[in-house]
Amino acid sequence: MTKDPYEDLKISTGAVTDPKTTLVNKTGSWRSERPVIDHEKCVMCGKCETFCPDMAVKETDEGKVEVDLEYCKGCAICAEECPVNAIVMEKEEK
Amino acid sequence: MTEDKFKRDEDLFCPGHRACPGCGAALASKLVTEATGPQTILSMPTGCMEVTTTPYPESAWGVSWIHNIFENAASVAGGVETAYRAFDKRDKKGYMDHDDVNFVVMAGDGATFDIGIRSLSGMMERGHDVLYICYDNEAYMNTGIQRSSSTPIGAATTTSPAGEESLGEDIHKKDMPSIAAAHGLEYVATASVAYPEDFKNKVEKALEIEGPKYIQVFAPCPRGWRHDSRNSVEIARLAVQTGMYPIYEMEDGEITNVKEVKDRKPVEDYLKAQGRFKHLFEKDEGEEVIKDLQKIADVNAEELGIDK
Repeated sequence: MTKDPYEDLKISTGAVTDPKTTLVNKTGSWRSERPVIDHEKCVMCGKCETFCPDMAVKETDEGKVEVDLEYCKGCAICAEECPVNAIVMEKEEK
Repeated sequence: MTEDKFKRDEDLFCPGHRACPGCGAALASKLVTEATGPQTILSMPTGCMEVTTTPYPESAWGVSWIHNIFENAASVAGGVETAYRAFDKRDKKGYMDHDDVNFVVMAGDGATFDIGIRSLSGMMERGHDVLYICYDNEAYMNTGIQRSSSTPIGAATTTSPAGEESLGEDIHKKDMPSIAAAHGLEYVATASVAYPEDFKNKVEKALEIEGPKYIQVFAPCPRGWRHDSRNSVEIARLAVQTGMYPIYEMEDGEITNVKEVKDRKPVEDYLKAQGRFKHLFEKDEGEEVIKDLQKIADVNAEELGIDK
């Protein structure tokens, strides 16, 4: 009798991963320019936080807006959208 | 992680995802999770957001998230919704009540306009309590910028390239919201990432309605549209301000709410900001296409009453 080719086949039930695990991937290394916030000019409107596609700009408990440079990819949307031009992009240096 | 200075506990869509800098779809995903809250089951087909947010064994999502193949996101969401209804009936322990869970699909324009339209149509016809959100970046960006039926005329993609004999895409964009409304949907809306509060309100409003709902959100793609990543939100805003991408709500097939625009801008402002329309300004024949696009914007403005 020939062997059933499907005898040893295991059917996978698919893969399950833990939530929020991309946090291990520090996308800050992608950046060529970093946003620098002038806290004197900042009016705390929150637009940078709203428009950041990488959740990298946030208001911290100290009541200041700060950039999480571990994840910021340097897209500069925050600098573009800031109504008081409090964010400038500065070249990253090696 | 030593400290949670940036309150990552609160994020339902986490950084570390591989979307390009300035991605409009990633921004849309964040806004969706902010509006739906944690009690959500999100079904997502193949597309940019699936590939960039869930490279095995990682996931950027803080909500329950289920992946399925390109064409059946709506079917899977419909199945999950039906399962919860059955659990309710049988009083099954260990599961939340059907009414406490939001069933959401988030799919790209390729998976909505082309490949997934069959399952979407079926889901809408059967009347599942599912919110379908399409992030519209007007081409298949994930596989390398191929045209989809959402691509507007004049746009250059790798399968509708601009060249000596071609002025880019030559077929008009499919009017998907109207197709959804024709299924008798109670709520259909378009939105834009440039107006985040408006978009979030629409998602919240849709989730309160029982039955199928459709929202289409405009999400610029810096890589595919050939613009600087810093201009993503600005371009989404220009699309609304020129009338190229009107944002409105449709309830029971009737337009009920339109974002009005003061001093509507010429479409050139929108087109010039993107490299995918560059050829229209370099060739004489391009003028005709620009006129066509202006006409689309004018018709939108007239039919919807955009001009303030």
